[in-house]
Amino acid sequence: MPTLPPATELCRRLADLMRPHVTPATALVGIQTGGVWIAEWLHEELGIKQPLGSMNVSLYRDDYSQRGLQAGRKPSSIPFDVEDAHVIIVDDVLYTGRTIRAAMNELFDYGRPARVELAVLADRGGRELPIAATYCPHALNLPASQSLNLDRAEDGSLQFTIVEK
Amino acid sequence: MNHDNPQLNKNGELQHLLTLDGLPREIIMSILDNAAPFTEVAEREVKKVPLLRGKSVFNLFFENSTRTRTTFEIAAKRLSADVINLNINTSSTAKGETLLDTVDNLAAMQADMFVVRHASSGAPYLIAQHLRNIGADHIRVVNAGDGRHAHPTQGLLDMYTIRHYKKDFTGLTCAIVGDVLHSRVARSQIHALKTLGVPDIRVVGPKTLLPTGVEHMGVRVFHDMREGLRGADVVMMLRLQNERMNGALLPSPQEYFKYYGLTPDKLELAKPNAIVMHPGPMNRGVEIDSAVADGGQAVILPQVTFGIAVRMAVMSMLGAGN
Repeated sequence: MPTLPPATELCRRLADLMRPHVTPATALVGIQTGGVWIAEWLHEELGIKQPLGSMNVSLYRDDYSQRGLQAGRKPSSIPFDVEDAHVIIVDDVLYTGRTIRAAMNELFDYGRPARVELAVLADRGGRELPIAATYCPHALNLPASQSLNLDRAEDGSLQFTIVEK
Repeated sequence: MNHDNPQLNKNGELQHLLTLDGLPREIIMSILDNAAPFTEVAEREVKKVPLLRGKSVFNLFFENSTRTRTTFEIAAKRLSADVINLNINTSSTAKGETLLDTVDNLAAMQADMFVVRHASSGAPYLIAQHLRNIGADHIRVVNAGDGRHAHPTQGLLDMYTIRHYKKDFTGLTCAIVGDVLHSRVARSQIHALKTLGVPDIRVVGPKTLLPTGVEHMGVRVFHDMREGLRGADVVMMLRLQNERMNGALLPSPQEYFKYYGLTPDKLELAKPNAIVMHPGPMNRGVEIDSAVADGGQAVILPQVTFGIAVRMAVMSMLGAGN
């Protein structure tokens, strides 16, 4: 079974990849729920000036009827002006690319950003759409029978687990 | 279609929304949970999500209702559906076409959903049953009010409103006041409040406007409004259904207001943080005083806003991905 560096180390490496590209116009949007945890940390670590956004993309997914809305998710909140912004979408795991497509579709309903980038902690392969991460500290190949989940402990620490579906 | 409950499929999922009577608690709660993210869509620059893109929703209003039809239309449009409004009083039925012929024709136009308002109780059931018989049960039916029977989306939006302000149902006293006899809204409210575990449901009104045997629905009956409002957390006013009055059930609107109109002094008997609801349109000075309707405890306009989100939740649960 493939092994992964600890999630905290991946967060630090992700921040190092992003740091040279952050400007005062840079805004972060985390995808609920794992992406928001990472975006919260990055927002502070990178000293981002724009307020942090959070997205519930389930209203934009192409498989809404099978998945429905997931419990515990909140409405989207984009507290900055998307028009002409430099937006970095943050998620925990990049897999099929469908979540990211949904996030981009949703983002464009708020305005026309100048540039959109994607930051993820891990790319597990298995893409179904032509989407790639701009910032990604770790790539691995997982079979479709496994899923890579990010969990947050009581003390706020993040941890990856690989589980059989 | 499930025979015990024709609005659920064999897996227990919502297939049509016809009534709140017998609708399981989990489904009511999932509709309320699903509605929450839709409230935020209305605050965006682009008030639209793509869940029902390419679907055709037919508003079949056999009885006039500008407000309900408009809120369903807005809900469907914000889900990106194509909406066709048919005001059937003025079209084919006037030329003699039967209800089911109308349905057959619209099914042949590749409809995906019917939103039905009808003066006869049970008409949406008849349509759902017929769609099954003609092998068109991929078409969903939403009851937008049938006769005196049910108005499930109104009941759901009322539950959403109560949960928004009171968080929990299990300790509440809810008083439903007014013309319960003619009110499909009251029936839907009572079923939902019971399912959600409200321990004290009261109906308040004159004997002539309460259905016989209403106490068998598990509610307490009050003819004195002051007694009925005492200690209430939620006051749900009903509209005096002038247009439904056949014969002399009431002496006069003025006398009705005196005994059953919600005035500030009567509202003082409820809890200080009680909320006041009304399904609209209001008859000011008949069932509700303007000082209450425009006062700080009224949540009547939030009900309208929540109603769109709740209808979006229902339509998306029924229609997405079929």
